[in-house]
Amino acid sequence: MEEFEPRIVAFLCNWCTYTGADLAGTARIQYPPNVRIIRLMCSGQLDPIYVAKAVLEGADGVLIGGCHPGDCHYQSGNYKARRRVAVIHQVLAQLGCDPDRVWLRWISASEGQYFADTVTEMVAAIREKGPSPFRGQWSI
Amino acid sequence: MQGWLEVEDNTEKTVNRLLEALLTGGIVDGLLVPLRTPDGRNVVPTLVRDPALLARAAPLAPVLPVNGGTVLGHVTATGGLGRVGAVLRNCELRAAVELSKVRQVLLDDVVLVGVDCLGTYGVDEYVRMVEEGVDPVAPALAAAREGRVEPLPGTTFRPGCTMCEQPIPGAGESYPPHVTVGLLGVPNGERLWVTVRDERVGEGLAGVLGLEPAAEPPARVEAVGALVAARTAERDRRFAAFRGRVHDPASLLGEFATCIRCQNCMRVCPICYCKECIFRTDVFDHPSARYWDWAGRKGGVRLPSDTLLFHVTRLLHMVHACVGCGMCSDGCPVGIPVADVFRAVGQAVQARFGYVPGRDPAEEMVIATFREDELGELGKPE
Repeated sequence: MEEFEPRIVAFLCNWCTYTGADLAGTARIQYPPNVRIIRLMCSGQLDPIYVAKAVLEGADGVLIGGCHPGDCHYQSGNYKARRRVAVIHQVLAQLGCDPDRVWLRWISASEGQYFADTVTEMVAAIREKGPSPFRGQWSI
Repeated sequence: MQGWLEVEDNTEKTVNRLLEALLTGGIVDGLLVPLRTPDGRNVVPTLVRDPALLARAAPLAPVLPVNGGTVLGHVTATGGLGRVGAVLRNCELRAAVELSKVRQVLLDDVVLVGVDCLGTYGVDEYVRMVEEGVDPVAPALAAAREGRVEPLPGTTFRPGCTMCEQPIPGAGESYPPHVTVGLLGVPNGERLWVTVRDERVGEGLAGVLGLEPAAEPPARVEAVGALVAARTAERDRRFAAFRGRVHDPASLLGEFATCIRCQNCMRVCPICYCKECIFRTDVFDHPSARYWDWAGRKGGVRLPSDTLLFHVTRLLHMVHACVGCGMCSDGCPVGIPVADVFRAVGQAVQARFGYVPGRDPAEEMVIATFREDELGELGKPE
């Protein structure tokens, strides 16, 4: 059997984590290619439906990347995202779904290495968990 | 001011006399109150400006066709033509408080009149009773005198009511209305337990009504406590049943297996107010080829698509503010216990933020605000 390759959907803030991912690339830092990045202008732009859609369509993990607290380009978008992620975790747990497949991380534009480390860590953790139970589910 | 209001001929007429005093006394310019329909079978919330219509008022009829919080929004949100008195049950009051936070109800020019809820029936059950000549009000009042709230033999309350632990306006952690009418644990055939907040209503009302000042009767305190305890136990039993039933993705799919995505639960929900809801757009009217793609990738695709996404998204968007009125379960044509799901999930989300829907219009909704010094464990590696 082929080894399980996690598929992670990442929603990254344009001003920090997305730029951090870019820095990881330009600095030629190696990290697993399991992450599909979607750029948001701000983590505060994250509508919980994006996460719900990714989870229910069978993404093995969801990574949300925003600016460190106090550093939001729009003052407070990351604080709003943090509340939404707390709600997402609670709702998923109550519905019998694994909230630990949804990660929130503060990664700045200068933290290319930290972005690569985070993806590496997340891929390992998700690999450990195995495929999403929603993967390939036709009756969603 | 709190005290006794003497019942003249019958209880309902006495409550209507109180409402008439609000309208004819110039305290309010209109009253949002349940009226009997012309055919007498149903009771519907109505904005009344002519006091003569109050002869049809049925503020105690045990039926909840829509959540009054929603319709209070209709008559206030864009600025009405005066001050409105709203006669509501506690789930409706609490919905109104939540809606005021998102400016879908304007409470600035509202006099809230809360009436003890002695349980409500679904519209179909209520209409059937009326058609069969059964009066559901008098037996409910008689039971309430003895401190009991229960459906008539052979009938059931709406599922939301059976696990409602906040049936008394202003009690517990509910926002206190300007006027409350107490029926439970008092001799409601002879006198009603009424409280009046001077603000907006004025000291005159108590005089007009001839309220006899008194402390809250111990029998009422005891009856309310017993009802809340019984309802809380039933609520916890239902939550435990839900958590026993839904514990993994497969059982979650099972919970919503019968969903046809009619979206009734959303339409009747007082909290789901968004005018531009994504589920009312064409976002989920996918091009035909996309269904074929999905079917190709997964072997098949359930239609209509996105049924579970609909429920999960609604949970994520509004469950923090769910007041537990149970309209969603009433609206479901296929018997999904939507209210059980939303109340159980809501309990966890609300507890996470110490948020109580309907407690205080001055509080901000969970996802409409934030604090810098909270949730510090999120965003960092474990």
